[in-house]
Amino acid sequence: MIWVVAVLVLIMLSSAIAVLVVKSHVSAVAATSAVSLTLSVLFVLLRAPDVAMTEAVVGAGLSTVILALSLRRLGMNKFTSDDSSAAEESDA
Amino acid sequence: MRNITALLFAGGLAFFLLVITYQFIFAGAPMLIGSAILGQGANDLGAANLVTSVVLGYRGIDTLGEIAILFTASTATALVLSNIGDTTEYHRPETQGGGDVLLGSANLFFPLLLTLGLYIILHGHLTPGGGFQGGVILATAFFLPILAMPSRAVKHSGLAMVEGFSGAVFILIGLASLFQGEGFMQPFLSKGSFGELLSAGTLPLLYIALGLKVGAELSSLLARLAEIPGQNTVSSPATQNSKANS
Repeated sequence: MIWVVAVLVLIMLSSAIAVLVVKSHVSAVAATSAVSLTLSVLFVLLRAPDVAMTEAVVGAGLSTVILALSLRRLGMNKFTSDDSSAAEESDA
Repeated sequence: MRNITALLFAGGLAFFLLVITYQFIFAGAPMLIGSAILGQGANDLGAANLVTSVVLGYRGIDTLGEIAILFTASTATALVLSNIGDTTEYHRPETQGGGDVLLGSANLFFPLLLTLGLYIILHGHLTPGGGFQGGVILATAFFLPILAMPSRAVKHSGLAMVEGFSGAVFILIGLASLFQGEGFMQPFLSKGSFGELLSAGTLPLLYIALGLKVGAELSSLLARLAEIPGQNTVSSPATQNSKANS
């Protein structure tokens, strides 16, 4: 049990760090979703299925969709880092 | 002046935090209500899921406040996103449709998600989950066709009708309990037999209203977010507005 929780916390921490260090915005949004998904598994282990369902639905599902749609609206949903750097150079 | 304001703010914040921490009871049980609810919740309300009896029974007014907050937030977002008085053409992209894979999986998952969302809403008083969770699942279910077929229009007026109607039903059920001589939002119908689908009085009705309201609200929000500005205009809507005004 404690090892499962330790692995889950490790996954959560590494995806939370990945949100900060990853270059592409879309990958950062996906990593945010992974944090919420792992947290919901943790809630199930802590015997809080209601909270787990809310976390999975709202944290991993809805807020990820909202973030991704905001990225598309802002025009930041490009996958390759080369394109964005080229765009910055052309702007400068 | 600014430094003094910042100092005053920080001092006030520290004062409030100190007051709050001073009232903490460490290593004690200040909230005795929890064990009381655990002991008599099932008998009081007849809901197999104790969380539901807290959310809609003991703390019904808090839930009303919660949906009011959600309503305010989604209304404000829709106000910002709907661009009132904006001349820029907002449309859904017609060329970059989802493709066959997205279209096929949207057709496959839409009924599944719809069934799952309705199941979670209808069984909110029996199994984990309820109006909020099921409503969000409904919203994502209705968002899938928007994602797969971006050119199809969304009827925001219909969604607003569903949302307003279900919100009104939620409050009317609370008022009906008031007319029965009980407290506002107090469940009043027959409790039925424990663990059945038709049990726990008005709690399932409240959760159905809540689920429909949350689902309509959030799918309207997602549909608005999925609209992107027209490509024919280079400048952003804000600058174009200022140009039109000047």
